[in-house]
Amino acid sequence: MSSANPSRRAPFLAIYAALVFCFVYLPIVVLVAYSFNRDGVGGFPPRHFTLDWYRQLFADQGIWNSVLNSLIIALGSVALALVLGLLAALALDRAEFPGKALFRRLVLLPLILPGIITGLSLLMFANVAGMQLSLFTVFLGHGTALISIATTELFASLQKMDRKQEEASLDLGATPWQTFWRITLPNLKLSLIAAGLLIFTLSMDEIAVTFFLIGADNTLPLEIWARLRRGITPEINAVSSLIFAVSVALIIIWYRIRVRGIGAEPQEILERP
Amino acid sequence: MYSRLYKTIVSAPPLLWVGLFLLLPYALIFAHSFWAVREGVVVHEWSLRNIHTLISNPVYFEVLLRTMRIAASVMLFSLLLGYPLAYYLSFHAGPRKELLYQLVIVPLWVSYLVRGYAWKTILGSTGVLNGFLQYLHITQQPVGYFLYSPFAVVLMLTHIYTPFVFLPIYAALEHIPRPLVEASQDLGASPHSTFFRVILPLSIPGLLAGATFAFVLSLGDFLAPLLVGGPSSTMIANIVQSLFGAANDWPLGASISVCILLITVSLLFLTERVEKRWSFK
Repeated sequence: MSSANPSRRAPFLAIYAALVFCFVYLPIVVLVAYSFNRDGVGGFPPRHFTLDWYRQLFADQGIWNSVLNSLIIALGSVALALVLGLLAALALDRAEFPGKALFRRLVLLPLILPGIITGLSLLMFANVAGMQLSLFTVFLGHGTALISIATTELFASLQKMDRKQEEASLDLGATPWQTFWRITLPNLKLSLIAAGLLIFTLSMDEIAVTFFLIGADNTLPLEIWARLRRGITPEINAVSSLIFAVSVALIIIWYRIRVRGIGAEPQEILERP
Repeated sequence: MYSRLYKTIVSAPPLLWVGLFLLLPYALIFAHSFWAVREGVVVHEWSLRNIHTLISNPVYFEVLLRTMRIAASVMLFSLLLGYPLAYYLSFHAGPRKELLYQLVIVPLWVSYLVRGYAWKTILGSTGVLNGFLQYLHITQQPVGYFLYSPFAVVLMLTHIYTPFVFLPIYAALEHIPRPLVEASQDLGASPHSTFFRVILPLSIPGLLAGATFAFVLSLGDFLAPLLVGGPSSTMIANIVQSLFGAANDWPLGASISVCILLITVSLLFLTERVEKRWSFK
């Protein structure tokens, strides 16, 4: 009964949903369309298709330096957040220690607090510790804030994992170290890749925390931010379109890995434990 | 099954790291809020002077109120867009459900800056929207008030947080046992009362989680006002940001941050309580 051609039963709802989709995607479509517009951002309709803005972008040394900085930070953050997130997930899954509930909440805080709070707190920390602001402080901020993502993904996956394999391995005389490398880690492989992709994307895009921790060298989002103060050009549309395309590709791969049924559901990442 | 050594090895590094780089920095915000600044340098003298400044100068309270109004509007509009979308996907989308779901979560993780920038190019006085309106001869002159207004901030943040609100609501709707809905229909309830008396109450936890996300994240936003808001929509986090920048009064900035933090954490705590009460599991 309720499954009999359900969409026909709610035509207004279907139209409303379509409009919401338009709202979500329209800005992106506009952004991409005007990156090919010879006459700049604005006016309607966009006329005179051109690839000049992309050519200009590829010749722009400032942008590529910032892309390199962002890549280094993102890869560093992936490594840091995965190692600490894996340990944290194992600890939450298997160990009892005082303050466990607090620890669990604390790890997730950077994900649910406004970025300015996390950014400022780390700025004060760097100041008190006498650290110069640089790409290193940005890496520290991203890596620490994104442990939350790795912990949630890997914890969910550990909870679903069959402990019997590990028990068998230990019973048959393998050391805990061997068991970890040969049983635990291979079981977590897909979750590690999924978490890594998400951490990479979020680090490449991050701006609120970075804003307060940046030194002399810009990351890509902050380079774009600095250029926006000088005015809008379709070159920024071009680089934004490329960022969008790369992010979408990574997110789709991330999602495909998840659909195979390991790790957390996408919504679980945003759910508070 | 796991030895004490194993447990220590897995728990010590993350505990130390999180303690040093997360707990200690958050604690430093609280410490700074009781300190003072003299000749541009933070001095570690404990006093309540910052809190006194915040209470005695009405500007801070006004900006906080405006921020809450903006955050509440964002929350409301995101719910108005996100809830029906989630409901449609969960109950009426049929075989296209999976694809549509992916279409919503992709923008969720995609660059805040890219999406904010897109709105800036659309709303500007020489922007795409004005070009479109003139092309259709609806307006003759460019309309100046699309950009640099609280409206633009609410629009941009609603666009960003609608997928955030969608996600927990969709999860809650998906968890509703379908036999409950069918029982309601079989017992003669109209679609209207099935929705209001079965589906809506059961989706309250997800609705609350989504609403809290939108409100809390908008409350601490400082980039949207800088990007599309202009001076008339300065939000509380912009004051914090300028106190840490040009105005160079870290302790005062820290005490406003403490206010944001306390509002945020108490809201999260409160909604978690309410969610637990409404959850039927």
